[in-house]
Amino acid sequence: MDPGSNQPSYSVSDLDRKARFVVLFLIFSGVFWLLFGTLLALFASLKMHLPDWLGTAGWLTFGRVRPLHLNTMVYGWASLTGAGVSLWMLSRLLKAPIMLRGYIVLAGVVWNIALLLGSIQILAGFSRGIEWLEFPVATMVAIVLCVIIISVSVLLMLINRRVKQLYVSVWYLIAAFLWFPLLGLVSSLPIFDTPTVQAGMNWWYAHNALGLWFTPVGLAAAYYFIPKVLGRPIYSYGLSLLGFWGLALFYNWNGFHHLIGGPVPTWFVTISISASVMMVIPVVVVAVNHHMTVVGSFRAVVNSPTLRFVVFAAMSYTFVSLQGAAQALRSFNEVIHFTHFVVAHAHIGMYAFVTMMLFGACYYIIPRVTMREWHSKGLIKWHFWLTAIGIIIYAGALQGIGVFQGFAMNDPEVPFTDTVTMTIPYLVARSVSGFLMTAGHLIFAWLMFRMVYRPGEQPASPLVWNKIREEFAS
Amino acid sequence: MMRNTILLFGIIATFAIAMFGLTILPKMFIDKAVKEPDYYTPFEVTEGHRIFVREGCIYCHSKQVRAEGFGADFERGWGRASVATDYRNLLPHNLGTMRTGPDLANIGARQPGRDWHYLNLYQPRAINEHSIMPPFSWLFEVVSEDARPGDEGLRLPEAYRIPGMKVLPTDEAHSLVAYLISLDQQTAGVD
Repeated sequence: MDPGSNQPSYSVSDLDRKARFVVLFLIFSGVFWLLFGTLLALFASLKMHLPDWLGTAGWLTFGRVRPLHLNTMVYGWASLTGAGVSLWMLSRLLKAPIMLRGYIVLAGVVWNIALLLGSIQILAGFSRGIEWLEFPVATMVAIVLCVIIISVSVLLMLINRRVKQLYVSVWYLIAAFLWFPLLGLVSSLPIFDTPTVQAGMNWWYAHNALGLWFTPVGLAAAYYFIPKVLGRPIYSYGLSLLGFWGLALFYNWNGFHHLIGGPVPTWFVTISISASVMMVIPVVVVAVNHHMTVVGSFRAVVNSPTLRFVVFAAMSYTFVSLQGAAQALRSFNEVIHFTHFVVAHAHIGMYAFVTMMLFGACYYIIPRVTMREWHSKGLIKWHFWLTAIGIIIYAGALQGIGVFQGFAMNDPEVPFTDTVTMTIPYLVARSVSGFLMTAGHLIFAWLMFRMVYRPGEQPASPLVWNKIREEFAS
Repeated sequence: MMRNTILLFGIIATFAIAMFGLTILPKMFIDKAVKEPDYYTPFEVTEGHRIFVREGCIYCHSKQVRAEGFGADFERGWGRASVATDYRNLLPHNLGTMRTGPDLANIGARQPGRDWHYLNLYQPRAINEHSIMPPFSWLFEVVSEDARPGDEGLRLPEAYRIPGMKVLPTDEAHSLVAYLISLDQQTAGVD
């Protein structure tokens, strides 16, 4: 491959103009599912301490709303928006326009329909019943096929790139777009037909969905936006390399730490515990690399909305990963397994890290592809503080009580009911934090909406259907 | 500089090796022991399992017991440690990750009576005022006191009674309770 020899080169604004429609479409789809998932989150959280609220509506029972909340956030918000952010970053980093744009828009439409269908299926009681894989297999496969179209586009961009060196973010993104479709396809195979084997596949998949899809996308964004906003190179190439391959080697093996004490051969669990502890290496390496890049420029974190979110997210990644390594140890796991501690841990990962990272990325990308400025600096601040304080209350309340819940559960003298009643005030605090985050999301959605809808101004691009035709023609 | 081929090869290889290690290898170790001999499950129990999955019971109730000495599962009377052969042929697996409510692997031995389960499913707070379990009223029908003589309906506490009416479990409730009662780990683990 000899990139860049006799092909035209593109200016940054050319690339952004070509990326505009498809990136906006994916990100805005994600924002819709963020709002929908947030509503479900509130339902689930309130029902934990108000069990009779809407108690006669079968389709709104906790056991259906809670998995749907997870699925819409994971496959709707984080995956769709993550895909949009990734494509934009790749276009910039490879200096190549996004390929197959029309097909990606088509895939995005199918993806949204699949999410809608899957949502109805779960609420109507047709869940597959496997955590993180509640959408029925056919619905899940439809989503995976849509991701594969984007993966093909990513590989074509790699082939058509106009740069010689691949930046660290590109490694993570290529990996993410190869790993996620493989994960999705393997998890849909009908070979996991005994319950305990299926449980193993379940946690191999669920842990890797975070570790091999959202984490690489999130880290790619951190590696892209931190140096970009600060205008200085990343601290160390060697550390980037170590961090990437460490993640690839160890994260893959983490899944079975969800089955500590469970009915599977102990040595599988032990392998996963070792791998979970080994994750300390790539995590610390990445943290040092990012910290050394930012050091001396902390004023910029206060001034740049993007950096504020991205640095918060990067710090959360370090925190949640080190916590995860500790949780995998048998002695710690004995206490916190089966408690609210783990629920909060998952939210630090998917929210404080992944979601905050995507917010930060949106604040950078949207003005560049729409060629408009955010219309309120104050509202962005409100968005940050509402969501940041929200997730801190969430994690503090549930992880605080989770430890006590675990100790109480492991003390046979304590009646089981007491392990429930002791958590109630903290479940209420979780609902309060949920309302704070909801307010933040509404502000974010309003800001996003104002970027594309400005009455009185001429639209910067052709109307929707013309635009789609144009994408297929190009 | 990292070459493309190394990058792509490394990405696929790290994934494939771990995939083999954590999904295919366990299958080779566990499958045979669990699948033989053929195991018969009554229809009512498989139907109950389906409803158990549909209502998302697993998000608050685990169905795996940890060994004596690791946690207090044994001391709480939740039964001996679960083994792979306990799960036999009912999919999805329902091992669960959360104990907002107690573990259910041994619920059939702890609560063998159907009436207790019907009451608990219809209105958990009729049994334990501190329970935060959702009520599953759609598994029951409310009929006039005079309808279907011979069937008295649920014995609800005063506060939850509906004047002139009685509450009867539907077939779905029958199946779900049959499934719950079938969960019994009193017997030996290996057979």
